[in-house]
Amino acid sequence: MMQTTVDEALVKVSGVDKIFKRGSEVIHVLGGLDLEIPTGEFLALMGPSGSGKSTLLNLVGGLDRPSEGSVEVGGHRIDRLPGRKLAAWRARHVGLVFQFYNLMPVLTAQKNVELPLLLTSLSRAERKKRAALALDIVGLTHRAGHYPRQLSGGEQQRTGIARAIVTDPTLLLCDEPTGDLDRKAGDEVLELLQALNREQGKTIIMVTHDQHAAERASRTLYLNKGQLSTEPVD
Amino acid sequence: MPLEDELSEDELSEDERCEDEDSEMKYLYLILSNLKRKKIRTGLTILSVMVAFILFGYLTAIRQGFVAGVEVAGADRLYLRNRISPLKSLPQTYESGIEQIEGVENAAHVSWFGGIYQDPRNFFFQVAMEPEELFVIYPEYLISDEHKKAFLETRSGAIAGRGIAERFDWKVGDRIPIRSTVWRNKDGGRSWEFDLVGIYDGEEKGTDTSRFFFRYDFFNETRAFGQGRVQFYMIRVSNPERAVEIAAAIDLAFANSPAETRTEPEGVMLQGVANQVGNIGFIILSIMTAVFFTLMLVTGNTMAYTVRERTAEWAVLKALGFTDRGVLGLVLGESLVLTAAGGIIGMVLAWTLVSLGDPTRGSLPVFFIPIRDLLVASLLIVAMALIAGIIPARQAQKLQIADALRR
Repeated sequence: MMQTTVDEALVKVSGVDKIFKRGSEVIHVLGGLDLEIPTGEFLALMGPSGSGKSTLLNLVGGLDRPSEGSVEVGGHRIDRLPGRKLAAWRARHVGLVFQFYNLMPVLTAQKNVELPLLLTSLSRAERKKRAALALDIVGLTHRAGHYPRQLSGGEQQRTGIARAIVTDPTLLLCDEPTGDLDRKAGDEVLELLQALNREQGKTIIMVTHDQHAAERASRTLYLNKGQLSTEPVD
Repeated sequence: MPLEDELSEDELSEDERCEDEDSEMKYLYLILSNLKRKKIRTGLTILSVMVAFILFGYLTAIRQGFVAGVEVAGADRLYLRNRISPLKSLPQTYESGIEQIEGVENAAHVSWFGGIYQDPRNFFFQVAMEPEELFVIYPEYLISDEHKKAFLETRSGAIAGRGIAERFDWKVGDRIPIRSTVWRNKDGGRSWEFDLVGIYDGEEKGTDTSRFFFRYDFFNETRAFGQGRVQFYMIRVSNPERAVEIAAAIDLAFANSPAETRTEPEGVMLQGVANQVGNIGFIILSIMTAVFFTLMLVTGNTMAYTVRERTAEWAVLKALGFTDRGVLGLVLGESLVLTAAGGIIGMVLAWTLVSLGDPTRGSLPVFFIPIRDLLVASLLIVAMALIAGIIPARQAQKLQIADALRR
């Protein structure tokens, strides 16, 4: 368990720059960005395409490293962790939800949810039990034996959420979780995320283009040209 | 406690341990599921690996047929023949002279018969020897005392190896007519009839059991010409380390005689015979190198596609916490399952085919896949998996999560 209290920031991004190089072209995606997210917050990140929302999410989730600055989660610098330790940290503390679900097509919903548990010492029976519990939380017990191609978009995304929460992570990072869903399925997913935030105290960072989705969050920040603001950008 | 320390002492060590604990079974399911996604491609790749290993197993057995004699040749056995040609005979009387040379334990003369049984295609090794000397010279031929006694007591008696007896369905007590392509008997005919009084087995799997022995006294008395002449001698020496030296001493003893001799270790002689057919080992190695090289391209291509079309999935696995090395292991695991499935099925089929008999209908003295070559096959399976899988596996290992997810 990470050493944080409700009052202190779970995530602290300080002076983060992120530069991408494409051939001779240098692209500054984030510039000197600061951000603090307290434990238990449901934060929505909005902004135009290419504004750096997903990049910021990747940095907080330890999927990428900043060019400058620091990323602290639970009071510890994850940007300094070497590859293997960072992977182990992600497995233990981060749940990821993707826009296009990114489920393994060859695995059933149950097996997809079990995937992160392969990295733990849990027995096969325990893995199965926990995956079943996660599927129950997202309301998909009856679809456990189905393959992704046999599930609707909303069901696939809920399976993705079950996979994200199965290890009971502190942080849930959602990259456009409703971006590929119709309004009804999107609402179901958002209600689920809200419930996880409210009832289980999960800290959630959600990248979205959708104002309707952002309204479900407890706070919304807007990212434009590598800078954060509390007001939408024209 | 800093997170780095916390991870290294508690969580990480546990996580790392978890990746090792029963990992084979945990990840095997994932590997097998992934291979099932393109069933036709996986099936065809396994099929091509399987065919290559059938070929490997079968050619290995053929090679064994040619080289087994060399491998099991007695280190303490010399082969003596006429210096001019192996086809020219030698006096039977050389035997006592050979045995007088220091270091020689026994000498036994051997007379080639060159016969066929029923059909010209049924050509096999038949020789006449003194019955007392046969099992002294060839202690690796295992025979019951009863059969040995019968051979000593029956002038027209013959002993056959288990292999040749099974090939022609001979049993002790059978009367076996063999027609010589070399000799005539005193009746003017070419056929001899032998009473099969014993069957010998080999001490080792590679021991030649395709031979047929009969008594020299019977043969010498009944043949129309060539009395007192023999084809070659087999000699046992007391110290194998002195074999070459003793061979030179024998040849020196018969220098300037009417029939000068050439003596060499049995293994050298058998290797020479095998080389007359060609360098079987080299030929087979060349074929297999070409086959496995092609196969490597096929398997490598499959693995390259497998990794390339699943870029996002590898990235997701890494995002979930799989390490770079873990992903490398998964790709190599898939490669290994592909080659192992094809290789094992191929070797089982090769073993089955080989057990049905050799393609020359028994002309090869032995025909089997040695255990050593099964081990070679296992190593080939692993090597192929590594070579075919390493480049795509390294690509998956080096994949940057954020980059891959953006694609």
